[in-house]
Amino acid sequence: MELICPAGTPAAFREAVDSGADAVYCGFRDETNARNFPGLNFSREELGEAIGYARRKGAQTFVALNTFMRAGHERLWYQAAADAVRLGADALILADFGLMAHVAETYPEQRLHVSVQASASNPDAVNFLVEAFGAKRVVLPRTLTISDIARLAGQIRCEIEVFVFGGLCVMAEGRCALSSYATGKSPNMNGVCSPASHVRYRHDGGDLVSELGAYTINRFPREEAAGYPTLCKGRFDIADASGYAFEDPVSLDVMDQIDALREAGVSALKIEGRQRGKAYVAEVVSTLRKALDARPEERQALLARLKLLSEGQRTTSGAYEKRWR
Amino acid sequence: MELPRPLVAPLAVVPIPLIEMAVKHVFSSLLKRHPALFERLAEHKVKRYAFSPADLPVVFVVQPSGAALSVMRKPADPAADAVVEGPLFQLLALLEGRCDADALFFSRSLSVTGDMEAMLALRNALDGCEIDLPRDLGASAGPLAPLVSRTAEAIRRRALAGENAAWN
Repeated sequence: MELICPAGTPAAFREAVDSGADAVYCGFRDETNARNFPGLNFSREELGEAIGYARRKGAQTFVALNTFMRAGHERLWYQAAADAVRLGADALILADFGLMAHVAETYPEQRLHVSVQASASNPDAVNFLVEAFGAKRVVLPRTLTISDIARLAGQIRCEIEVFVFGGLCVMAEGRCALSSYATGKSPNMNGVCSPASHVRYRHDGGDLVSELGAYTINRFPREEAAGYPTLCKGRFDIADASGYAFEDPVSLDVMDQIDALREAGVSALKIEGRQRGKAYVAEVVSTLRKALDARPEERQALLARLKLLSEGQRTTSGAYEKRWR
Repeated sequence: MELPRPLVAPLAVVPIPLIEMAVKHVFSSLLKRHPALFERLAEHKVKRYAFSPADLPVVFVVQPSGAALSVMRKPADPAADAVVEGPLFQLLALLEGRCDADALFFSRSLSVTGDMEAMLALRNALDGCEIDLPRDLGASAGPLAPLVSRTAEAIRRRALAGENAAWN
């Protein structure tokens, strides 16, 4: 199975390649990708250099253009696709059907992957994208069990990529409106979930209080590990109870299930984290590469140290093994 | 790792202008050697960032666009758009991108307040520009370069031992 690794900067990109990535995914410095954070991402020149670096080291480069085009402003996404193709991207990761159609018609030789943001999670949806746009791979939402994936794999005509480590989005991605509800901005349209412009942290005694727009998301006592200020991992008072309505502050880790994922028909394992630093990228990629090459009984010890890098300093197997509450 | 008290104590009596002069020299030299920092910071380069090392009695405020730097003694209420607080060696490790800022935030050893967009831009800009303090300090030390680089390298190695900073 391939190891698909994140990079938010050229420095992180080189770390990912040097640490054993089979492919690195990244995006341009604008709203065409779902990690449109300040100071992050690649200029055209940087992407060209990164692709060259990856090629020399035998790795591939996937370019994420995985937001939805704004009506009347399609040119921004078309230009990004044109530039990624010209610079030699090995695959484009797309979510918008209109952009998929444009790429399939304009660059028929370009390899096209279906982003998790397209939320394609059943055989009809995936096969439609394969037939209509020539999609070669689908990145599945983090809402399916391994059994679901195995059933799906038998019915679709493209490769499957799944998230195995990193930030855990628990929603039907591309359709989640929680960030929009709180801030007016979303990963789908603007490339930002819980944008930093709307985040505030304050200290109340020993507590850390996180706020998103007009909402208090969480209050962490002094000794408790903190999490991201997203609504899906907020702690709320609901009726007489107080707790996490959707999910705890926790990261995904299903590396102990890689044999089951392989048997289910998965061909690529994806690490989330383009917004994380190069130290994180180097540590996670090199550890996961070792785990992939190790015997099953050796994996747990290799992966244990990654918990400290994770949201809430805890990991979960997410929906891969559990049902919704 | 936190700074040992005998190393910190003298800072309480060293005149602020002297500290300012020394740190300003390093800051200006870093900005000159890493112009890509400005490109990534974009409009956030005019913001004022306060660095408050938890183990030092002083706070540093920088404004990248003007290469401006000021130092004040604690307790201080610096006029800054964003403030980051943590042990000095962790702040320096972040400057070099040797530790992951999110992981330090999750562990509660790093605290951030104020304009988070500006802070995120700075974090990403620093992570992308490959600062190497021993190398960069050596470059501005003239004939003392080898000595300065070697000393800084030894201090860094010792400071990061035991930290989650495997990257190098």
